[in-house]
Amino acid sequence: MDEFLRVLLLQDYNTRIVVLGAASLGCAAGVVGSFTLLRKRALMGDAISHATLPGLALAFILSTWLGFDGKSLPLLMLGATLSGLTGVGAILILRNTTRLKEDAALGIVLSVFFGAGVALLSIVQQMDGHAAGLESYIFGKTASMGRTDATLIIVSAFVCIATCFSLRKELTLLCFDDGFAGSRGLPVILLDFVLMAAVILVSIVGLQAVGLVLMVALLIIPAAAARFWTEELPRMMLIAAFLGGMCGLVGATASALFPSLPSGAMIVLACAAAFGCSFLFGRRRGVVVRQWRRLRLNRAVARQHVLRALFELQEGRVENHVEWKEMLDQRSWSKGSLRRTLDAARRDGLVTEWQGNFQLTKKGMIEAERLTREHRLWELYLITHADVAPARVDRQADRIEHVLEPETVSELRAMLDAEDALLPPNPHQMRDAAVPFDQRETQ
Amino acid sequence: MENVAQFASSTVFSLAALNWNWELDGWIVAVAILCSVACSLLGNFLVLRKMSMLGDAITHAVLPGLAIAFFVSHSRNGWPMFVGAVIVGILTAFFSEWIRRVGNVDEGASMGVVFTSLFALGLVMIVQTADTVDLDPGCVLYGAIEFTPLDRIAVFGWVVPRAFVTLSVVLLVNLAFVILFFKELRISSFDAGLATSSGFNATLLHYAQMVLVAVTAVACFESVGSVLVVAMLVVPGATAYLLTDRLSTMIWLSSIIAVLAAVGGHLSAILVPSWFGFESTTTAGMMAVCSGCLLMLAALFAPGQGIVIRFVRQRLLSLQILEDDIVALLFKREEREESQTTSEADMLHWLLTNKWSQGIALRRLVRKQQISRANGAASLTELGKLRAKAVVRSHRLWEQYLQEHAGLDKDRLHAKAEQFEHFTDQQLRNQLDQQMEAPTTDPHGSPIPAEDRDNPAS
Repeated sequence: MDEFLRVLLLQDYNTRIVVLGAASLGCAAGVVGSFTLLRKRALMGDAISHATLPGLALAFILSTWLGFDGKSLPLLMLGATLSGLTGVGAILILRNTTRLKEDAALGIVLSVFFGAGVALLSIVQQMDGHAAGLESYIFGKTASMGRTDATLIIVSAFVCIATCFSLRKELTLLCFDDGFAGSRGLPVILLDFVLMAAVILVSIVGLQAVGLVLMVALLIIPAAAARFWTEELPRMMLIAAFLGGMCGLVGATASALFPSLPSGAMIVLACAAAFGCSFLFGRRRGVVVRQWRRLRLNRAVARQHVLRALFELQEGRVENHVEWKEMLDQRSWSKGSLRRTLDAARRDGLVTEWQGNFQLTKKGMIEAERLTREHRLWELYLITHADVAPARVDRQADRIEHVLEPETVSELRAMLDAEDALLPPNPHQMRDAAVPFDQRETQ
Repeated sequence: MENVAQFASSTVFSLAALNWNWELDGWIVAVAILCSVACSLLGNFLVLRKMSMLGDAITHAVLPGLAIAFFVSHSRNGWPMFVGAVIVGILTAFFSEWIRRVGNVDEGASMGVVFTSLFALGLVMIVQTADTVDLDPGCVLYGAIEFTPLDRIAVFGWVVPRAFVTLSVVLLVNLAFVILFFKELRISSFDAGLATSSGFNATLLHYAQMVLVAVTAVACFESVGSVLVVAMLVVPGATAYLLTDRLSTMIWLSSIIAVLAAVGGHLSAILVPSWFGFESTTTAGMMAVCSGCLLMLAALFAPGQGIVIRFVRQRLLSLQILEDDIVALLFKREEREESQTTSEADMLHWLLTNKWSQGIALRRLVRKQQISRANGAASLTELGKLRAKAVVRSHRLWEQYLQEHAGLDKDRLHAKAEQFEHFTDQQLRNQLDQQMEAPTTDPHGSPIPAEDRDNPAS
């Protein structure tokens, strides 16, 4: 228990370093990933991070051969960067000069470069010079992150975030409409290159933390999760940074608490959990939220149908009761849904029921009259101004009546000169104009 | 010549010196060939349907399926592995599609989410169950084809590597699938909507393909590892795509390329490190590199589309145009009675080209005996005069035609005719002539030269 608390409260120096490093990496990856997601280049991070492997191995081989320390971090990172850039170049060349499409170019660069890297790694293993650590770049070795490593990560993360922040307007335009951006004078190719360079930087730095194979997860998942919470890009970047940082923190902590769990994998699983939650419950686009909103809309529409049906059925009658059977026949609704809607309307004081007969209350009557007026106005409009046959107007009016705004309604009334009757007659039944409720004689 | 012979013999020598053992290396190459051809058969359709990365996703995502299967069955052989792979393959494809559709997420991102999560899950599972499951993540990633000949079983009285048997079965299944469903695969690869409206279920076919990809990935992972399966899935298919327009040819070519990559991969895995003083390296990695090299060759030199081919064609065309311009210039100067010869410096000035191109064009013209050069000046020969007349006639006919029949402004005629004159042959000139009823002058008043009946330069 003490051990747990010690780790959780970051009292352990090593854990502090690891968690900080992982969190800042997650932040940077979230921000950069927002742009690549919008640019529809999510998997390019995958290809790039795989493409860095041969550079790593070559850097080791060359530096050992030239007599330097093969495992010095800056040299390895340099090699990885160059190789990543070559990968990007290869993707662009394949895509632009041959008939291969983007996905094929990504797959090719990913696999061929990675294959070359694997072959070179095998050679590295034959060399003297403590090559054992190089393989850890594939799966990450967060747990053994030292102070210099963490510093490098934090500085690079800061650089990435600062770049993306300062160029956010240009990059936003680039992501949404690069044609327009080009026509406004923005150097599209250069911006693209800057974005790819940021991806490479984050990937290189992340190689140590989560390893190459899982780096792409950090680039994609926090950004995709953030997308469910907002429609605005600046907010999305913030949320992605937050999610990425949190997942890095949680994953690294979990891995510190339970040493048998590989840290990179734990970070990714934390990201996946965050994605799952956002996918379901994200405030703007989460699935559950959207279903809930749809359900509410359906209920509102059903209630409006019920009220209008009740109104129309009792329109010309002396007593205002309507039987259940008449209601059921009015539309093609099921018994269950009609029952539920009537019960809900009753609970809200719009309808009263007595022995199987229904009647609108005063509150219900006002609402029902409004709905029927809008419906009939639209029908009248369609018949007089759009030459639609009377037999067809009902369905069309049925669909639009729920979304008519008050301004539109007054325009319709003005157009149709319908001020004299507050409620236009029902075009489907040749009846006299109905008298509005508050002018009726009370019984 | 001698150098080539020396190189060839030194290669053969090193082959022998590096202990080429048919028992071992032969089986390795055989397994590699089976693996690459099995993958490339399916990969053609992935490339066509722009789903190359889905192959990548599935090969990463089979890891947890494998881990579970191993945990359950405690062995690396047998059905649980394939069942696990099939389930995961379907899950991956299904989940990516679901997330994309329901969550409205970008296609690549939804794939990325699914397969990275599954891969991380697999890693955790493997590490947790490390004592029961003998599955090294590194091995999963890049395989250990070098060990396949050592693990043998007996089949019909022969003793063959187990991987050979598994992969043969998988290859036969893939081959049968591609042959039996060729028509359906063809339609659904190019137009899924048409496929469904033609009466068969394109979605079912899609999931069948994904299942086969997963099964193939599992069968191959022991040999080449899961990431390199992606290489064999995508690269031979993509290379064949660059070389042909017909699907059946593409499938044949991809299989041949796969075989070449497998053989070349193993050979280079042995040979190339030796040039630098190392022992051999992983065959799987070199197979990927080899296929990449083949792709590069195809991209550069594919007949009709290769980058180098297109470049050369373009250069030749621009040279030909320059030659036309030179002889036309010389002819017009003669016509205006300015001079029989033109200095090359003046030509450079008038033609707005560079010295290098002009020099080449002049040399080619001399070789074709259409001009003669002397003292830094050039003049037309009889042959050259024929060619020049054809060009000038084309130009002026076009100008007249554009003015009469296309109503172009007078100051635009020249530019357009400049473009068309190089692509107008005798037949087209006759048609223009007929259309305008044999005009004798162009809109600027210059005379239109008559057609030479037996003009070899046409």
